[in-house]
Parts: sequence; C-alpha cells; structure tokens
Amino acid sequence: MEKTLKKYFVIFTVPTLIAFAFAFIAPFLMGVYLSFCKFTTIKNAQWIGFSNYAAVFGSSQNFLNSLLFTAMFTVVAIITINVFAFGIALLLTRKMKGTNLFRTIFFMPNLIGGIVLGYTWQQMINAVLYKYETTIVSSAKYGFWGLVLLMNWQMIGYMMIIYIAGLQNVPTELIEAAKIDGATAKQTLFKVTIPMVMPSITICMFLTLSNSFKLFDQNLALTNGAPMNKTQMLALNIYKTFYDKPGFEGVGQAKAVIFFIIVALIAVIQLRATRSREVQQ
Amino acid sequence: MKTVSDNKKGLNAVIFCALTVIAIVFLYPLFFILINSFKGKLFISKDPFALPGGETFSGITNYVNGFTKTDMISAVGYSFFITIVSVFLIILFTSMTAYYITRIHSRLTSALYYMFVFSMIVPFQMVMFPMVGLADRFHLKNPIGMCILYLGFGAGLSVFMFSGFVKSIPLEIEEAAMIDGANPLESYFKVVFPILKPTAITVAILNAMWIWNDFLLPYLVIGVGTEYKTIPVVVQMLVGSNGNKDMGALMAMLVVAIIPIIIFYLCCQKYIIEGVVAGAVKG
Repeated sequence: MEKTLKKYFVIFTVPTLIAFAFAFIAPFLMGVYLSFCKFTTIKNAQWIGFSNYAAVFGSSQNFLNSLLFTAMFTVVAIITINVFAFGIALLLTRKMKGTNLFRTIFFMPNLIGGIVLGYTWQQMINAVLYKYETTIVSSAKYGFWGLVLLMNWQMIGYMMIIYIAGLQNVPTELIEAAKIDGATAKQTLFKVTIPMVMPSITICMFLTLSNSFKLFDQNLALTNGAPMNKTQMLALNIYKTFYDKPGFEGVGQAKAVIFFIIVALIAVIQLRATRSREVQQ
Repeated sequence: MKTVSDNKKGLNAVIFCALTVIAIVFLYPLFFILINSFKGKLFISKDPFALPGGETFSGITNYVNGFTKTDMISAVGYSFFITIVSVFLIILFTSMTAYYITRIHSRLTSALYYMFVFSMIVPFQMVMFPMVGLADRFHLKNPIGMCILYLGFGAGLSVFMFSGFVKSIPLEIEEAAMIDGANPLESYFKVVFPILKPTAITVAILNAMWIWNDFLLPYLVIGVGTEYKTIPVVVQMLVGSNGNKDMGALMAMLVVAIIPIIIFYLCCQKYIIEGVVAGAVKG
C-alpha cells in the first residue's frame, strides 16, 4: 500500500508545503540571516555580523525593561489566573444546579479577540479612573494591573475548563476514603485532590506562561506601551523596533531571534515537565 | 443526618450566590459597551455607568456613525470570507498531508513532521518582517493571499493534531479499500477522512477562532490603505489613528465585532469547549 500512496506525494503534500514555505520556512531562514545584516527591506541586506545583537541591549532600545515588565506580568498572571480558575473549577464540580450556565458564561471572554478585548477594557478602566481625573496611560501601575485584570478575565474560563476536566477524573472513592480516615476538607484538597490533578496544573501553568509571555494584541490595545514605553511587553517592543524606528530593522530582527530562543527554551522545559509526569503515572 | 444535609444545602446556597456575583463580573464589560453604544458620545465619558435613557439615549446614531466612518460592513464580509476559506483549505490540505507523512515512513516525511511541530513554538515576531516582504513580492496582499498564508501558519498545529489521530486508525480499513480497487485519493476521501471527522471539527474550531481574531497578520500584510480590511484592523484604525476619538462609534463597533463570536459560541458551544480542551492538551 505504501508504494501506491508514495506516488501521490505531490497531491497529498505539495499544497500545504507551498503555503508552509511562504508563511514559515522561508521567512524563518531569512529571519535568522537578516538578524546579522543591516537592511530596510528584504532585498537590500548587508552582512554586518553580531553588531545587531550588541545593539539590542543598549538602553535606548528598552529591550531589558520590556523583558523585565514581561517577566513580572507573566509571573503575576500565572499565579492569579490559575488560583482563580482552580477555585472556580472546584465550585463548579459540586454537581449543583446551574453549573452549565456558569461554565458557559465564564468561558465566553476567551473567544473574543485581543484587540476588541483590549479596547473594551480600556474604556471600562478609563471610566473608573475618570472619577479620579486620570487615565490608564498616566501611570505604569494602572497599565500593569489593567493588563493583569484583562488577562484574568480572558483566560480564567479557559483554564477553568481544563481544571474541571481534571477534577472530574479524580476517583470519588479516593475522596470518600480520605473522609472516612478523618481528613479535613483542607487536607483532602492539598493531599488528595491537588496531587491527582497535577497534570492539568502543569498544562495550565505552561499555557498561561506562553500566552502571557507572547502577549501582543491586548498590550497594543490597552496601553500601547504608555506611559513612556513603561508598559511595553517584548512582542510590542520588537514590533515597534521594526515599524516605528527606521534604520533599526536589523536590531528588531536580532531581538526577534532572542525572543524566539527564550520561547523555545520554555517549550523544551514544558516538554520535559509533561514527559516526566507521564512516566510517573 | 438532617443537620449534615442542611449544612450542605446552606453551603451550596452560599456558593451559588458567589458564582452569581462572579458571573455578573464576567458579563459586566460586555454589558458596559452595550449600554454605552446607545448613549450620546458626550454622555459616555460623563456618566459611563448609567443606563441610557431620556436625553442620553441616542438610538442607533453611534452605529450609523461607526458604519459610515469606517469600512466595518465590508470588514465583516472579508473577515467571514478569509476565515471560512482559510479553515476549509486548512482542513482539506493539512489532513491530507498529515495522512501522507504518517503512513509513509521515510526520512523526508519524518523531517517534515518535525518541521511542522517546530513551527508551533516559533513566535510570530520571528518571521513577521521577512514574511511581509515575501507576501509583497509574490502579490499575496489580498484576501486569497491571506488564505494561503493562513494555510501555512495553521499547518503546524493542524498537521500535528491530524497525525496524532491518523496513527490510531487501523491500516486494515484502508487496505480493504485498496484491494477493492480504490486509488489512494478515493480511499482517503471515502474511508479515512470520515473517520477523521471529530479531529477535523476540533482543528476547524481552533483555527476559526484564531483567524477570526487575528490582528497583526492582516494589519501588516493587507495594511490599512486597502479595501480588504478585517474586523480587528478596522477596530484598531478607529481608535489608533485619529486624535479626536468618537467614543460612541467605538462602542458601537466593538458591539458589532463581538456579536458574531457570541452567536457562534452559543450555537456550537459543546464543540468549542471540547475542541479547546483537546487543543490545549495536545498543543
């Protein structure tokens, strides 16, 4: 059978491969090459070695500040989103009336796009701050917590769904046994339930991690980096280097390569973490 | 025993109230833009939390303003066109590719598989600038070109998910079809693809949600100067470009942007939630 199928290589794979080459393979290879060049369009690249990479860490590039802001935001987002999502999932797995309706409502924000969400929340937050005669772009604190609020609103429902699936797989006998042994509700939660849903926790941690770290649309819409680029995350920083700073395209590409390496490292760690858990079970 | 069940009932009532409060918090932002979309633009900043009524109620003025100031109507059309065609292409071609590279065991097919998986972890910013340059050079700056690019960008996750499922299909079924005289294309579409349907629904939903909401790719490739703008691009232009914002029109257009998603969600909620969970666990 393999032999006959082999002759159909062109029909089965070529349409995907052409599109994949345009969207990914060619731009990726060009991107790596261009990060070592000076250029303004893809046609006029001149090799300049590592000087783009050296320029990335100059203070005028704001790259390290963006990295720091992104890291802080990511840590806060991971903790808040997962705690709330897990808490709500616990409440929704008690077989109460109305559970489905609540689940529907909590998941809904997840489907709305980042740009639309960003402007919705910008209007809301500004409406509140209006009473104090200020706006979200007047302080980096407002931008930071606004972004945390927005991401919680968007992602809690998504993580909640994954936690609910995990919690429903915990055998009820285990919980019953813990109760008979005299465990308190708190002990049951920390000694039985949480260890049993560790795989879901790992998945949710990494999903919130990579989504928060790569955030772009919400950041652009909510504050666009204001004030003074203090709320600029990495993806937005790279975008602005390309399109708002003529002459710095090479530096932008070098930043993109560094960004890619960080994201790839996170993915490798994730793979290790999920694999080792699978072995344990 | 009575006291225990009474306790449980009391606790459940408390939890129900708590959940109701959280639900209101979750729905409030949507309610907020909805009420403000019916208010005169001056009243939006003055009294943002009040319901529209009397002199603050402006009927559909904001909607009319929004539609005349922007290309929102055509943007809804282009968003639908690009999303539907891209998802159709992705389902058709990536499932065929996944089938081929899973069934044929060679260095080439495993290299391709790892390349698709690799593409999933590469952030968009890495390929953004060269890709826009290529799209310009090969005349992809139009809705059809966008669909081709989405096929390429969606290929990683989609091939990965289809491959996982193809592996679990027993070979005997296809072999039986082949013995009956079917060529690989016939046996693929008549025998294999129907079995892939659950995965196809998941892949379709994941891609549809992403493409519908995607902002940066259409913004950079198609740009703001053409007629082919999609919904997120129009929303961004409404706010980003001009200094004197028309808050009323913005609120109205946000409502227009959200409504199709909510309708889609309420219609296929079961599939969406299942699909998102499957995508999360595998991706």
